[in-house]
Amino acid sequence: MLEKLQMYFAYDFVKFALIVGVLVALCAALLGVTLVLKRYSMIGDGLSHMAFGAMTVAMLFSIAPIYLTLPVTILSAVLLLRGGGKLKGDAAVAMLSVSSLAMGYLLLNIFKSGSANLSGDVCSILFGSTSILTLKKSDVVLCAVLAAIVIFVFVFFYNKIFAVTFDESFARATGTQSSLYNLLLAVITAVVIVLSMNLVGALLISALIVFPALCAMRLFKSFRGVIISAAVISVCCALVGILISILYGTPVGSTIVAADLAVFLVCVIIDLCKGGRKA
Amino acid sequence: MELLKLTDVSVGYEGKPVASHLSLTLHEGDYLCIVGENGAGKSTLMKTLLNLRAPIDGSIVFSDAIARNEIGYLPQQTQVQRDFPATVWEVVLSGCLNRSGLRPFYTKAQKQTAEDWIARLDITDLKKRSYRALSGGQQQRVLLARALCATKKLIVLDEPVAGLDPIVTADLYALIQRINRENGITVIMVSHDIGAALQYATHILQVSGDSNFFGTVEEYRQSELGKLFLGKAGEDHA
Repeated sequence: MLEKLQMYFAYDFVKFALIVGVLVALCAALLGVTLVLKRYSMIGDGLSHMAFGAMTVAMLFSIAPIYLTLPVTILSAVLLLRGGGKLKGDAAVAMLSVSSLAMGYLLLNIFKSGSANLSGDVCSILFGSTSILTLKKSDVVLCAVLAAIVIFVFVFFYNKIFAVTFDESFARATGTQSSLYNLLLAVITAVVIVLSMNLVGALLISALIVFPALCAMRLFKSFRGVIISAAVISVCCALVGILISILYGTPVGSTIVAADLAVFLVCVIIDLCKGGRKA
Repeated sequence: MELLKLTDVSVGYEGKPVASHLSLTLHEGDYLCIVGENGAGKSTLMKTLLNLRAPIDGSIVFSDAIARNEIGYLPQQTQVQRDFPATVWEVVLSGCLNRSGLRPFYTKAQKQTAEDWIARLDITDLKKRSYRALSGGQQQRVLLARALCATKKLIVLDEPVAGLDPIVTADLYALIQRINRENGITVIMVSHDIGAALQYATHILQVSGDSNFFGTVEEYRQSELGKLFLGKAGEDHA
């Protein structure tokens, strides 16, 4: 098995997949903790479906998807996470996500019915399929740049993000620009989701965002501990998932999510053995 | 020294006033209790003072001695905080954030401030504990320490004893009084507990629709409105 792995590592596409996988998993985990704690667990799902809609439109006009998906997703994220206005809450997320999913599929069917592999295309957008194994160098560079921005923002504004997540009204009342930081969070959430679509596809993004945070929250009592362990868990699961999928030919996205689920179950068992959540 | 002056202020939601014609003057070291019945606009007034919403009418003037980011605030606990993974130290330190500007990390001085308040509020042994595992009274002390980190002069408390048992309540009131007297921090407290308000506060603001009262505790006891409200509160307790 090791020899087989060594052989695969000689290929660029394997290295690229691992680099992108690790970066995306790291970013998703960092943001995931905040999103889960702010009760926005489903935002990943909603935004990724918006991105799916945008991607189908991009396919129709034959433009590179990221130029359309990124702005559309950022806009939706800002609208949904802004915390005011009428577009708020889980119903709004559900409505937006399901309509863009439906409209996207509808558009593809109407205008691309001649295409031989329509269901294949859709399936690969939704489940990530093999696109991570067909990355070009430019994709990797773009991903690395975006990931670096996300990580930088997160580290630089770590204390502010903590304050805004823990108690937004306190932060606002004592003079912290919480709406600015919420906006920032919305934008980097959108970036992370567009990035993750390559890796696990639109349907499984929630897993990347939610699982590491939930695992870490079972094990650690400090915010810093939770953030760091979520990042570690997420990166490990992504690595294991990608390697298994390369070795055994399983779908990448689903394999990563399966690894996340397995770690989560282990964390639940450890937590139960420790005697609940009182720590 | 004068700290805060409200002149004919109306507060409310979407242009509809809940409480109107509020006037008061607060000096450094005062201890003001805002009392009134449910829905009278106590919380709305407090949020307006904290700049969380704009007043509908009138003027709110803070003296030059205090900047907008020098007000400490003890809000009511939210659902999010009940299972939030954070240590007491992380929570208290986050109170120092309002003077950080763009600096990404806390300075030594800020950490010292947090240490000092933790020691002052007698929660040093909780410092490394998880916030979500603390009792209600301990959590309030932690949030009070955080609020004090955010200020040197004025602290605003939103029903700080809600849901606490009588012994813990008395402890917390005593603590707030010590902070007011010994550290010279001005206190504005929204409260349902008129008994405690009369015992600890120096000034009372009663918010009740069209007729409000502002004055010292002694003046309040003598006033018509005060007698009426105290009588009613007495009946409720009987």
